[in-house]
Amino acid sequence: MVVLENKVEIDKKLFPVLKAVNDPEIPVSIIDMGMVREAVLEENIAKVKITPTYSGCPATDMIAFDVKMALEQAGFNPEVESVIDPPWTTDWITEEGKKALEKFGIVAPVDATSDKKALMGEKHILKCLNCGSTHTEMVSQFGSTACKAQFRCLDCGEPFDYFKCLI
Amino acid sequence: MSNTEKITPYPKAIDKVEFIYGIADSSLILAQRLSELTGHGPTLETDMALTNIALDLFGQVRSYYQYAAKLIGDNKTEDDLAFFRTEREFKNVLLVEIPNKDFAYVIGKQFLYDQFHYLLLRELQKSEDVTIAAIARKSIKETAYHKEFSSNWIKRLGDGTEESHKRMQTAIDDLWKYSDEFFYPTAADKKMLEEGVGVNLEELRKEYRSNIAEVLEEATLEIPELEYFQKGGKDGRHTEHMGHLLSEMQYMQRTYPGMEW
Ligand SMILES: [Zn+2]
Repeated sequence: MVVLENKVEIDKKLFPVLKAVNDPEIPVSIIDMGMVREAVLEENIAKVKITPTYSGCPATDMIAFDVKMALEQAGFNPEVESVIDPPWTTDWITEEGKKALEKFGIVAPVDATSDKKALMGEKHILKCLNCGSTHTEMVSQFGSTACKAQFRCLDCGEPFDYFKCLI
Repeated sequence: MSNTEKITPYPKAIDKVEFIYGIADSSLILAQRLSELTGHGPTLETDMALTNIALDLFGQVRSYYQYAAKLIGDNKTEDDLAFFRTEREFKNVLLVEIPNKDFAYVIGKQFLYDQFHYLLLRELQKSEDVTIAAIARKSIKETAYHKEFSSNWIKRLGDGTEESHKRMQTAIDDLWKYSDEFFYPTAADKKMLEEGVGVNLEELRKEYRSNIAEVLEEATLEIPELEYFQKGGKDGRHTEHMGHLLSEMQYMQRTYPGMEW
């Protein structure tokens, strides 16, 4: 068993297979996004529970399909189930996941209190990935997808996405 | 024709299914109205926001319908419930079927719905039905964002220019008559309350009114005074707008039953 920071236990043999599956909209492993809730191997049956980030996330069905394909290709017999309880939270994104998000150009979720202040425009907190300035402001609470808000840097002018805190 | 069989009304026997329709249908119809704005939002940001809210709602509705379809059995699917029920079988409140008219109406409907939806979900989290409670726990996080979005716009338009104030007040005045239907329990609502599955809707009215008043006041908008409110949607009696909405929403599946993409 591999135990993740978010306390999820994943079978050692299944870990590399699932780690290689990315969210189709963001190049981050579904493991690091905290979307894998359980992965056990019984005989050759790989029982995997995955959870959506947002209810309407159009990637959810695609991810279930990708997981099935990856497991089959690795020689397992997949049983993939989608669960919604307990509901997904940004707290489940691993440190590696946060780094991967930022490498892709999305500012990773900050803690809940700072998140609220940033979204309400009370404080300039979020750091522009282009120039490092925290002199940034929200443009729109909903960005290109439901999980993101749109910000811009007031120093270098760069627009960027922020992965909203969901707790 | 094989699809006439599919159009046959579903058994009314299952109170829980009717109860679920009462929750999910309102979100579905509102989301359908919102999706009319995709590509037409007044600004790029509001266009994306409204589309994302629609997407959240569609996602929540899918969870409810998947569960209802399971309860009905008989190989019914979520799509059957969305695309093959007739007007009278939809149990949404009248508010959500009202046409968008202008941006003030879009925000007005969203605001009056979000404020109720949030309270409903807060209570539903305590439902003795574990599936319904789980859907509520997931949905409330999203609806909290919706509520904030629509409330902020009410304030921005109400306390904005003379024109935006006038239009927002007109929309609120017109939509107000639909703002009380939420709190009338249907037979299914009552039954589910008894079983510990449902919510005491009447108890939420006071809190709703006071939350709404707080936002309207900050928006410098007047709270309409009205003694008679419209209702009927939750019992399947809809406005003349509903048929048009359904014919567009259901067109593809009615024309090509079972079509997938
Ligand atoms: Zn910058």
